[in-house]
Amino acid sequence: MNPENSSSLGKDAWLRLRANRMAMVSLFILLAIGLLSLFGPMLSSNAFDQQNLDRIFESPNGTYLFGTDNLGRDLFARTTYGGRISLSVGLLATLVSLIIGVTYGMISGYAGGRVDAWMMRMVDVLYSLPFIIFVILLMVMFGRNFLLLFLAIGAVEWLTMARITRAQTLNLKKAEFIEAARALGFSHTRILFRHLLPNLIGPIIVYATLTVPAVMLLEAVLSFLGLGVQAPMSSWGSLIKEGAEKMDAAPWLLLFPGSFFCLTLFSLNFLGDGLRDALDPKSSED
Amino acid sequence: MSRLVFSRLLQAIPTLWVIATLTFFMTRFAPGGPFDSEKAIPEEIKVKLESHFGLDRPLFDQYALYLQNLLRGDLGPSFKYPEWEVSELIATAFPVSLTLGVLSFIIALLIGIPGGMIAALKRNTWMDYLPMGLSMAGVCLPTFVLGPLLIFAFSTQLALFPPLGWYGGSDWVLPSLTLGLFYAAYIARLTRAGMLETLQQDYIRTARAKGASSWRILTKHAARGGLLPVVTFLGPAFAGLISGSFVIESIFFIPGLGKFFVTAAFNRDYTMVLGTVLFYATLIICLNLIVDLIQAWLDPKARQFK
Amino acid sequence: MPLTLNLLRINPMSNLHIENLQVNFHTREGIVRAVDGINLSIKPGEIVGLVGESGSGKSVTCNSILQLLPAPPARIESGIIQWSGKDLLLQGDAEMQGIRGKEISMIFQDPMSCLNPYIPILDQVAEPLIIHGLCHPQKAMKNAREILLRVGVQRIAEHPRAYPHEFSGGMRQRAMIAMALITKPSLLLADEPTTALDVTVQAKVLSILKDLCGSLGTSVLFVSHDLGLVAELADRVVVMYHGKVVEQNDTRALFTQPSHPYVKALIACRPTLDISQDRLPTVDDFIDPKEEATPHPTTYSPPNPSSGQEALIEARDLIVEFKTDEGTVRAVDQVSLSISKGTTHGLVGESGSGKTTLGRSLLNLIEKSSGEIWLNGKRIPSNGQRNDSGFRKAMQIIFQDPYASLNPRLTIEQTLLEPMQVHRLGKSKTERVDRVVALLEEVGLGAEHLSRYPYEFSGGQRQRICVARALTTEPEFIVCDECVSAMDVSVQAQVLNLLKSLQVTRGLTYLFISHDLGVVKFMSDEISVMQAGRIIESGSADHIYNDPQTVYTRQLIDSIPAANRSSGLSS
Repeated sequence: MNPENSSSLGKDAWLRLRANRMAMVSLFILLAIGLLSLFGPMLSSNAFDQQNLDRIFESPNGTYLFGTDNLGRDLFARTTYGGRISLSVGLLATLVSLIIGVTYGMISGYAGGRVDAWMMRMVDVLYSLPFIIFVILLMVMFGRNFLLLFLAIGAVEWLTMARITRAQTLNLKKAEFIEAARALGFSHTRILFRHLLPNLIGPIIVYATLTVPAVMLLEAVLSFLGLGVQAPMSSWGSLIKEGAEKMDAAPWLLLFPGSFFCLTLFSLNFLGDGLRDALDPKSSED
Repeated sequence: MSRLVFSRLLQAIPTLWVIATLTFFMTRFAPGGPFDSEKAIPEEIKVKLESHFGLDRPLFDQYALYLQNLLRGDLGPSFKYPEWEVSELIATAFPVSLTLGVLSFIIALLIGIPGGMIAALKRNTWMDYLPMGLSMAGVCLPTFVLGPLLIFAFSTQLALFPPLGWYGGSDWVLPSLTLGLFYAAYIARLTRAGMLETLQQDYIRTARAKGASSWRILTKHAARGGLLPVVTFLGPAFAGLISGSFVIESIFFIPGLGKFFVTAAFNRDYTMVLGTVLFYATLIICLNLIVDLIQAWLDPKARQFK
Repeated sequence: MPLTLNLLRINPMSNLHIENLQVNFHTREGIVRAVDGINLSIKPGEIVGLVGESGSGKSVTCNSILQLLPAPPARIESGIIQWSGKDLLLQGDAEMQGIRGKEISMIFQDPMSCLNPYIPILDQVAEPLIIHGLCHPQKAMKNAREILLRVGVQRIAEHPRAYPHEFSGGMRQRAMIAMALITKPSLLLADEPTTALDVTVQAKVLSILKDLCGSLGTSVLFVSHDLGLVAELADRVVVMYHGKVVEQNDTRALFTQPSHPYVKALIACRPTLDISQDRLPTVDDFIDPKEEATPHPTTYSPPNPSSGQEALIEARDLIVEFKTDEGTVRAVDQVSLSISKGTTHGLVGESGSGKTTLGRSLLNLIEKSSGEIWLNGKRIPSNGQRNDSGFRKAMQIIFQDPYASLNPRLTIEQTLLEPMQVHRLGKSKTERVDRVVALLEEVGLGAEHLSRYPYEFSGGQRQRICVARALTTEPEFIVCDECVSAMDVSVQAQVLNLLKSLQVTRGLTYLFISHDLGVVKFMSDEISVMQAGRIIESGSADHIYNDPQTVYTRQLIDSIPAANRSSGLSS
């Protein structure tokens, strides 16, 4: 142990992440896509829903960077705009599932005993439900509402987050420093938030990073089935759907949104793996 | 073992009951639902609905009637096509989805498990990077992108397989391949991770110290522990295969339950939607039970389950 | 009882010669020289003990013989391991597979994790015979059954398909021994095989090992950190320190006339049963050149007379029950206890005796099912006011595992300040920090350690920080729950000395829990022996050891290796 540099665990993990090339490439790609999605629609001279019926099905050219679709809309603007929708659904739904899941799992694991058993039984019951089906059901019943969409998706994903958090909490609970905190007379709240939670952050971040692509996939499937966001809003999912239908005539309609989508998923997964290795040194030992 | 079965069944019944109750109340109280008085319902449907659901009776009676019907397997008439019973529709469509699911499942296992095991054994060589790279791609390439791409490649360009329909011959190839490959990717990653973790265990070192060859270690010692996480995944995997088939059936125009369900959702065929939900739920619960049994068979410690 | 294993002895007896072995570990922090040029020989039929503390390189040496080291971080830089006319380090995987389990076998420390949980024990024991094609699978199973019965795993007769988790630790280790010796190898490598076992179980397992190897003519390399244990078993002893062999000799010679200062220190700093000391000698006493050569154990002063002293802690009819799958288990069964102020009460027992549960229930960390506890004559309330600061401040605990006892996310300063903040001790932040620094110095650390994180410290240092943390609330009573059990003997001596001196300067009262009788005797004035949740014997430290009243206590004392019972110093 080097007594000179008392680097915190966070800095140590960051250094390890930096060394992982795939993870760094993924981070870069994500930032690029993120920025494009944020500013892309503004950069393009055409609005994403602006129809131009005498310029339909144009392949990529000078005016239209990604080409146009069946209604002459600018694919570049639509793709980057779709990025906004898909990414925000991904992030927001993940955030919702994070807050609910972590709190639930932490309390369940910490409380232990009967409380834990009942809370987990509920999770087990909910877990066995075919959720995509329920989401579809909700969409059918209550109409296609953007807010409802990401609430529904978030409500699906929190179960996994709760399970993982609970497993980690149970593990940590056995560690003596938690018992020491109790022996020192610390309140349960203090133990939960000052001692337990900071040590859970590692796995939570990893799974959050891996949840985002799962959520985006779910949203894309819904959009593909026509149950996602409503027109004229478009997410990558609905763009891919349109592109798949017109694939013979205009392959670029599938290609661009599809690549953006897959690249994002790819990068998120690699980043998640990289974070997992960086935060848990043992797992990265080859 | 039998205690495990019993306790799981005991758990399953309340779950199903919860689902049934939830769906019941959802239909009654959802805005824009079928019983919303503002909607104009064709007369014939109204008559059938009232007789089936007993709409003129108090709520509790309706609920009891609903549960009774369920136990008899009567899911009511289709909202959109009242001459058909929902259970009939499910009976015609489900075997198609089942076939698709089973074929995809077999493909997924045949590709995924050996792929993952080889990757774990030949860690950090090209035999690891290639399958894992492919599987990463597979995980990120959703079925509705992969499907059209495969159609484009094999159907349109190479004219090897028909692009749609489900009438026999080699119709099943592209759909099962699409779905199967997607799950193969997940299974490969899980297998590799599970095997790697098992290979780190102390008892593997003991096996080496006894002079066991790598092959023997892999198959006899590491396999059981390493495949346990895959088995755990199989339940949700099969469930996912069933719901993933929504997309596949839509792309390839296969007349399976998934396609029916999606169409029903679009058409707001409420009874069909609800009936299908209940059917799927029952199916998944049975599947989870089977997976639990397999897990217990694989792990001797779990057999002493309370 | 002659064994009827009719196997052809394939290999004649061989010698093992290790010459100039050098093994490096390539880690992120740099290259660690785990084994730094050692020479070692084992003659046929000989038992050689390889002794060292953690980091000495003894396990690495043992593992490199069969090429079982994890290849990327570890690299064998140079050396020759001669066996049967070959250099083992030059053999490929196929050749090594032929040697492992047949000519040279190995057993490991933790029998639970070292046996495959998914395969029945009988199959695992028979496997070496099948792997090396030494006989028919059916005959192999028969031989396995025989050898398991021979080593005392009786259960296999009625439950042939039993799995590892259905056996106790001692039984599993016997099965491991059977598994290793079923092919009648010429050499057995034993890497700390009894470290994880209770003292009574350990004694039995060792006698089986010695017996079986003796009758098969198998030589043994026995790796251990326990010098006394090795002395009981081995013909010759090799001592390693920082990757090098510092001394090797016949057992008796090494113990009676050690030449290297480190060996002298190892022998001296074990707390033994026959002498009483105020302070244990430490490695620094021997190796630090400023000091004199061999200090005598410091003069012994009689313990605080406990009779007539007021009791600080009293417990009456304590019962702690747990609900498990099999029913209700009574971990603590009607225990009554009285600890006088300023004294140390030792609690001795094996695993499952309930001693840890008792310690924790005194602090209300585990809920007691019934019974009363008093502190200074005041009854400690049960569940409702569990976090009543008054009692919490006065009663603290130090745990066994220094690596899990500190929150890895907090600096030392934060860890030590927190109890003061919660209990509002000290009037300002500066005052608190001053107190923290004073505490650190009291335990032998310094102000420069404040901003560091736990992972930067060694086990011994971390335990000192835990002691400092326990002292932040100015407690009167501290439970030491196996707090030196996870440490090397030399580090253990330092921590024990610290605890003793703190008792004198602060007037602390201890409940000292351990399975190690020598350590308990060193620390305690009064001792209680626990078995199956009950205190079966109680008395002064001397009384318990010189005149044990119960069979179990006598068994415990007899199971200790002779060399650990008496101090091996030449008088």
